[in-house]
Amino acid sequence: MSLYFWIFAVFFKIGLFGFGGGYAIASLIEHETVDLHHWLTTAQFTDIMAISQATPGPIAINCATYVGYTATGSIWGAALATFAVSLPSLILVGLVIFVLARFRENPYVQAAMQVIKPCTLGLIAAAAVLLATPENFIDGYSYGLFGAALIASVLRINPLYLLVLGGLAGIFLY
Amino acid sequence: MLLFKLFASFFKLGCFTFGGGNAMIPVIEHEVVEQKSWMTHDDFAEMIAVAQSLPGPISLNSALYTGYRKAGLAGGIATALGIILPSFIIILLIAIVFGEYQHQPVVEKAFKGIRPVVVAIIAGPLVRMAKLMHLSWKMAWLPVVTVALVCFCRLSPVWVLLAAAVGGIVWQFYREEKR
Repeated sequence: MSLYFWIFAVFFKIGLFGFGGGYAIASLIEHETVDLHHWLTTAQFTDIMAISQATPGPIAINCATYVGYTATGSIWGAALATFAVSLPSLILVGLVIFVLARFRENPYVQAAMQVIKPCTLGLIAAAAVLLATPENFIDGYSYGLFGAALIASVLRINPLYLLVLGGLAGIFLY
Repeated sequence: MLLFKLFASFFKLGCFTFGGGNAMIPVIEHEVVEQKSWMTHDDFAEMIAVAQSLPGPISLNSALYTGYRKAGLAGGIATALGIILPSFIIILLIAIVFGEYQHQPVVEKAFKGIRPVVVAIIAGPLVRMAKLMHLSWKMAWLPVVTVALVCFCRLSPVWVLLAAAVGGIVWQFYREEKR
């Protein structure tokens, strides 16, 4: 029972602080599911990020479903985590629509967002740094693949192609 | 009937939300504004601004916004289920199947190649994003400090975001005092 409680609490928190899009939340998801609760290893978390990129749907929701299932071994765990990560949006969008229609014009909200936005950029960079572990970079080939993919990504090549090429390279090299 | 239409539209969108929320904005606009006429272009722009300033995925926030506006709480639940279900079903199937096959040598090899690529895909767009949000040199210390706190001090991103919100509010107080 307490495992289900923690899954609900952790994914509710991830939903509540999910500013700045998928990769910005990645460092928070990593912190909670890998560092604090040990539901996943760093390599498993990285695999979910790859799967998330290659399937439709927001990263936070994909991670919730995946971790909810693997941590409990049950579809109900997956459903609970997915519900928990979506619940803050359900409440907050409802508040904006039904109660606080003009919240965006509030100067304090605007000032808070002005500082939060650059920080989410840092959170994305942090996600990359946190995933640069010996588990993910096992040898020289890893660094080569990373360098090539980084250049391709800066040149705006579709990330899906890069993942497929990375997978093929892995099959050939290892 | 409206509830079902709301559900169906967002289920369809949920099947194609590749590449993150920002890539989805024109696709949602096409469906919600041009196909279904559920809102005007101006309403849509306001909706995206709200969706981006709240926590949570942009696609889910836009789905909820549309559903609540058109049919109240029931509408929001219909659109939220619509946008979430495709991803839930696909990921659940993958989690079940991947659990069986993840120790196959060929799968292990492929993921050894994929993992460093994932790190590159996350890092690659950073400079472009900094330009898009018009990050000034005056503000550039914020992401740097964020990385230091999260990666090296192992602080939860929750505290960084709370501190950023409080910092912004205090800064606004200070600016108003000065006036």
